[in-house]
Amino acid sequence: MIFLKSSISTRWFWAPSAAPSSAAVSLPDSCEEELLIRPLHSGDIYASFQFRTLWDTDFLHQGKKVSHYRLFPKSLGQVLSKFSVRELHISFTQGYWRTMQWGQPIVPSPPGAELWVWFHNTVADVDGNWKELTNVLSGIFCASLNFIDSTNTVQPSASFKPLGLGNATDHRFLRYATLPREIVCTENLTPWKKLLPCGSKAGLAVLMKSEKLFHSSFHSQAVHIRPVCKDWQCSSTAWELRQTLNVVFDLYTSGQGKKEWSLFKMFSRTLTEACPLASSSKVYVDVTDNPEGELFDLSPATSVLNTAVVLGDRRTYSVYDLTQKETFGQLRSLNLVLRWKGESDMLRPLLHAERYVAGFGLQTGEIHTLIYNNHPYRAFPVLLLDSVPWYLRLYIHTLTVTSKTRENKPSYIHYQPSKDRLRPHLLEMLVQLPPHSVTEVTVQFERALLKWTEYTPDPNHGFYVGSSVISALVPSVVAMDTNNTQERPLFSSFFPTKEESSYFVRVYTEPLLVNLPTPDFSMPYNVICLTCTVVAVGYGSFYNLLTRTFQVEEPSQPLAKRLANVIRRIRGVPLL
Amino acid sequence: MANFIFLPILALINLLFLLTTVHSNSFETKATQFFNSGHTNNWAVLVCTSRFWFNYRHVANVLSVYRSVKRLGIPDSHIVLMLADDMACNHRNPKPATVFSHKNMELNVYGDDVEVDYRGYEVTVENFLRVLTGRLPPSTPRSKRLLSDDRSNILIYLTGHGGNGFLKFQDSEEISNVELADAFEQMWQKRRYNELLFIIDTCQGASMYERFYSPNIMALASSQVGEDSLSHQPDLAIGVHLMDRYTFYLLEFLEDIHPASQANMNDLFKVCPKSQCVSTPGHRTDLFLRDPRSVLITDFFGSVRKVEITREAVNLTSAAEQPVEATSIRKEPKSEPLSYVDQLPVAEIIHQKPKQKDWHPPDGFILGLWTLILLVFFKTYGIKHLKHIF
Repeated sequence: MIFLKSSISTRWFWAPSAAPSSAAVSLPDSCEEELLIRPLHSGDIYASFQFRTLWDTDFLHQGKKVSHYRLFPKSLGQVLSKFSVRELHISFTQGYWRTMQWGQPIVPSPPGAELWVWFHNTVADVDGNWKELTNVLSGIFCASLNFIDSTNTVQPSASFKPLGLGNATDHRFLRYATLPREIVCTENLTPWKKLLPCGSKAGLAVLMKSEKLFHSSFHSQAVHIRPVCKDWQCSSTAWELRQTLNVVFDLYTSGQGKKEWSLFKMFSRTLTEACPLASSSKVYVDVTDNPEGELFDLSPATSVLNTAVVLGDRRTYSVYDLTQKETFGQLRSLNLVLRWKGESDMLRPLLHAERYVAGFGLQTGEIHTLIYNNHPYRAFPVLLLDSVPWYLRLYIHTLTVTSKTRENKPSYIHYQPSKDRLRPHLLEMLVQLPPHSVTEVTVQFERALLKWTEYTPDPNHGFYVGSSVISALVPSVVAMDTNNTQERPLFSSFFPTKEESSYFVRVYTEPLLVNLPTPDFSMPYNVICLTCTVVAVGYGSFYNLLTRTFQVEEPSQPLAKRLANVIRRIRGVPLL
Repeated sequence: MANFIFLPILALINLLFLLTTVHSNSFETKATQFFNSGHTNNWAVLVCTSRFWFNYRHVANVLSVYRSVKRLGIPDSHIVLMLADDMACNHRNPKPATVFSHKNMELNVYGDDVEVDYRGYEVTVENFLRVLTGRLPPSTPRSKRLLSDDRSNILIYLTGHGGNGFLKFQDSEEISNVELADAFEQMWQKRRYNELLFIIDTCQGASMYERFYSPNIMALASSQVGEDSLSHQPDLAIGVHLMDRYTFYLLEFLEDIHPASQANMNDLFKVCPKSQCVSTPGHRTDLFLRDPRSVLITDFFGSVRKVEITREAVNLTSAAEQPVEATSIRKEPKSEPLSYVDQLPVAEIIHQKPKQKDWHPPDGFILGLWTLILLVFFKTYGIKHLKHIF
């Protein structure tokens, strides 16, 4: 990492002297950064950072190896070319996204670590590449991704279509795995920050201080790599690396109960300059619910407003352009302050889901998944993906899907049963949700007994079941923008839109914590002691019985008699 | 006349010879100074073996040594840090992303720049021994490997709960002093270290170094056999003990060391006397070839680089040449515009044919079952019915 930093600084040093001669040549890579701040109705505040690096190169070209890296991090570039990766999505999340209180997130992610990868269709051994890829990524991100193996990897058959360009969608080249137990802390943020072109030294990344970021209700950092259109004609592809960081600060833990938020209060830093390597650096504040300024006050005020269609709704944003010096004002630092004045209600999100375990005891149980469709008159289909570990044996004959107390037959079911210690259950269903209804999916399961060495060092904590993934095309209130190649804020272009009347959304449910029957781990020691005692006592007694003989022994005689016996022996006379 | 010319020339030649010998002597002394310590790179393996919130102090111990070692110059790529549990982002921690070593939250040893290589369930006896001996699976990333050579000085620091002859890993397994001594012997035979400093802060820590038999190992422990290592102080806001005594005073001692410091091992042996530590720290130097007085602290805790100054100019290639090359090679034919894939193609999904699974011949159980059925049938009804089948 030290070498990488120094190489960037030397190249930056060379650029001014080389600029006059290469003014006509446009550099093949560029980067943009933006921060979206959305005040939430409960008083919390949602901040979403996105850093995008676009690079016009060909990692998967067989002949020429890419060796000259500028903005794109070399560690990820080498991973992409070595394992022939077409798309890579990895996220680390601490906390659970509360859809009912906060709305839909810009970039959804489940608690723990999630990794899904599309490999190129020239790969012969996808499983071998997957295993090595997880090990390499565990080194890059300082996470225990090496625990991803065949027992928690699945191959979805209809979910997780590629988010990038391309035609081939053979699901044999897709792998999805999640580690719900994975902890996210500063050691994951440090290498993530090192992948940024400016590091954490300039631009928006100076706000990323771990003591503030992890003292929040929700923290998620992700890396998304996919091929996108190089230009508006879309005749060739360029590689896009998006690094996103979403954080929700709680009113009471970070805000001390006062409904007043500022950059300094959230991040303990203010912005002083844009990243010199970035072509655009902007801060967006969501002011849709505040057209006349009756809900909150935003200072420093700006007249630049931007509208974008995000998640099916047309939102208005105040824009602060950090590449302009006037944004920073007299003090040369930008500290946005939001002061709440009134209360308001939030629109209910159209789609959200819950999941819980029912039942009692340590033998059987039931998993219930509830999917809510809050649209008043439109029905839409959702694709539910469930991946349950092998030690919860699902009884698929007890699977029921009911909406409004009537049975709702799914139009597509794909079920792959588990194999003990080899692979987990995979259940994918396409369910049509009736308008304004709750759909309940229930399935019963039985808990298996693990082998003694398969338990974790703290088995009484419980075992995690990963979140269910619900992918849906939700009808949108306003027409979505289907032109994917024009300039749009980064947060509105994460999921590609194909039609105007609906937008794609992914909702994750809670992970489950299930207790498995736990043995008494002191038993091996007890058994050895008991068995050895029994064997020693039993065998010893038996041996004695068989081989012991008794001999009569005379008591020892007093001294006088012994002397007399000696004399009698000499004389040859019988002894006393 | 010729003599007068001859003498100065002779004097000059003698002077030249003298100068060259003096010059070579100074080179020799410089060379000997260069190789005095015998090592060219430094590594550190720092392990915390305890899990659960009430063992916060063990994580703080390891992180304070990590902090000192990083401050004195060893880079992250040369440090293998193993933490068995996460204290900083634990939900019980009232100040997330921090681990404190002094009460009243004076010093945050977790910092903003930490890289943990093995964490959580990965810290096992097997992984620790594999890291030491280098016998890791081929797909292990570089940051998880100890890539030392025969000129490396390695610092190994262990902390946790221990007893007479063993150290407990994560409350479920233990490593014995014999295993550790054998691992170090493997390292010696494969020439994986030049000199090794072993520090252990557990109860009865001296028992862990009793069995070492490989050369060039110096060992320090926080307590003798039969004694317990005690913790230093609790913090009432966090609710647990923050550090162990031996490492607390070790940290205080190391905070005074800077990369050019000349403090030697004898000063390290004096850290934490019985009056402060309550237990008696011990050390072992009989396997070490050099005199501890001549061993600098920075030989193990720091990574002192030897720098050679050069006055020659170095030519760097200009950056402008590269993009021109790239665009000239890539001349792709104009193809039709590419498009994004439909994220939820409902019609396609409903009519998706199930994957054709390869046909496998029936395995043993099915074959055995059918053989049994056929046998029973023919036993009851007689073998003559066979002609109806064939």
